[in-house]
Amino acid sequence: MQGLMTLRIALRALARNKLRAFLTMLGIIIGVGAVIAMVAIGEGAKSTIRSQIAALGTNVLIILPGSNVQGGVRAGFGNVNTLLDSDAKAIALELRSVAFSSPVLRRQDQVVSGNLNWGTLAQGVAPEFQQIRDWQIAEGRFLHEGDMDSAAKVAVIGQTVARQLFGNDDSLDAVIRIRNIPFRVVGVLAPKGQTGQGTDQDDTIMIPYTTMQKRLMRITWVQSIVVRAVSAERVDEAQEQITLLLRQRHRIGPDREDDFNVRNLSDIAEAATTTARVMAVLLGSVASISLLVGGIGIMNIMLVSVTERTREIGIRMAVGARSRDIMLQFLVEAVVMAATGGLIGILLGVGSSEVIKQWAQWPTLIDPAIIVIAFLFSGAVGVFFGFYPARKAASLDPIDALRYE
Amino acid sequence: MSELIRAEDVHKTYRMGDVEVPALRGINLTIAHGEFVAVMGASGSGKSTFMNILGCLDRPSAGKYFLEGQEVGSLSADQWAHIRNQRIGFVFQGFNLLSRTSALENVELPMMYNGFASQERHRRATEVLSLVGLDNRLDHTPNQLSGGQQQRVAIARALVNRPPLILADEPTGNLDSVTSNEIMALFQQLNAGQGISIILVTHEVDIAAHAKRQIVFRDGLVTGDHPNEQVICRVEH
Repeated sequence: MQGLMTLRIALRALARNKLRAFLTMLGIIIGVGAVIAMVAIGEGAKSTIRSQIAALGTNVLIILPGSNVQGGVRAGFGNVNTLLDSDAKAIALELRSVAFSSPVLRRQDQVVSGNLNWGTLAQGVAPEFQQIRDWQIAEGRFLHEGDMDSAAKVAVIGQTVARQLFGNDDSLDAVIRIRNIPFRVVGVLAPKGQTGQGTDQDDTIMIPYTTMQKRLMRITWVQSIVVRAVSAERVDEAQEQITLLLRQRHRIGPDREDDFNVRNLSDIAEAATTTARVMAVLLGSVASISLLVGGIGIMNIMLVSVTERTREIGIRMAVGARSRDIMLQFLVEAVVMAATGGLIGILLGVGSSEVIKQWAQWPTLIDPAIIVIAFLFSGAVGVFFGFYPARKAASLDPIDALRYE
Repeated sequence: MSELIRAEDVHKTYRMGDVEVPALRGINLTIAHGEFVAVMGASGSGKSTFMNILGCLDRPSAGKYFLEGQEVGSLSADQWAHIRNQRIGFVFQGFNLLSRTSALENVELPMMYNGFASQERHRRATEVLSLVGLDNRLDHTPNQLSGGQQQRVAIARALVNRPPLILADEPTGNLDSVTSNEIMALFQQLNAGQGISIILVTHEVDIAAHAKRQIVFRDGLVTGDHPNEQVICRVEH
């Protein structure tokens, strides 16, 4: 029997019982619609979460100098002076997986303005530090390349420092002193609040790292380098490349340990990926459960239909239908129902995710792949749940089928 | 006349739990092309079982069945389906038409399983429906037709693949006597005019009287096989 004719017979059989066919399809429609809408909501949420976590710094790597071993005493990280600002520049310049890098030097200092003083964390950084840590500027500007070259005595101050030293007064262009060296305030950072550990991130001032090296610390190396990978997915790649590059630059032989240490904020990244995975599993199980229920609905109706049409099956067999003709007829019917339901479900899902986006202001994201997958899956549900009833129909004995009342 | 059907010592035994029930106990019969045979017998005599075997719907437990010289008892189910499609037309007591399906489509049904193009199906179905006198009822569904008309549709369906043999199982059982006679006239006309062999199962003597040969079944055996001396002829020659 030709495929087209089988399809026509199936459509006609379904058309005879429109309401029943529709109610059967409804299971698949709701299943597929729910899957599409939920995945759209989930993907939207995931991308929002991802950008929020990226702001926290999942794609940030920190490079610390290695530990110094002298006579069996291992001194801990940061005790050798192997990292240079040229390392930071080379990392950003040579590695495609790295977006920005900046040296960081830190010390606790007393900052004085007029008759007020405040103890805070002074950080010597490069201009890229702003992008690496997602700092926003409230007033003025951040440090720029010129400040580095000239080791300028300029500072960008955090909100807490501004409040402590200036209160409500304008702090821009004011002069503050660190260890008696005057610095001009060129910018005020936007507030960031506390970290998860309770550290006030706004209690800081930033100055050019060159100024920190030459004027405050009198050293030539850097304490650490922070790096931002181009994306959270490429953090591991960046870590490997940085290790290779630094080993090369520091001329470390193959059998010697690194004299530096590359670390990432892996716990946050891990949490993010776990969240995403849990979400995917959750949505996936909702998807399969609803489609499973829809599939059982199809199977149920197909079984009823086979019983109802036993005589028809007998007639078809008597006039020359082979078992596989009967099998194909019922299978095609099930698949037509499932696939039609799948199509309507896709429309419903896309429509409702649009409604959610418009009305509930919830970001939704529809991946075209999920539409294709949903459609193919609903077809597969039709084949899977149609198979048993179709086989039952095909294995009927024509004599019994003809006699069936 | 050439041989159409030959049954050689055909046995059929059904199992009902532990009990073996013999339905046919050694049937030997030969039917030639162009014969019009009435198979008679009380219910339980084995005539329906025999018809199922002749119609390639059931296998003999023992013995051989030849259809046009071919031993068909050992063929596969798919080969049987092909034989039913090409060489046998069935007419049933309860008409067995597809409900909510037009007369035309009912008649087209056997051709759905032998790959005719849609136009050819349509042409042939129209042709046989006019042969049985229903050219103005093509689009009627079974519930819009009288019993006699429904049986005519069923006969048209049996004829449409031009088989050499029609098996009719109590074809007039659900019809009144006037309509019954019309149907029998149609069978006689097909038998005489087209040379189609007809095997008719009936328990009514006056229906069997339309056949040229009468075979009587009793307890799974053929107990009578004789030409009909007084054929009621309803066709003008």
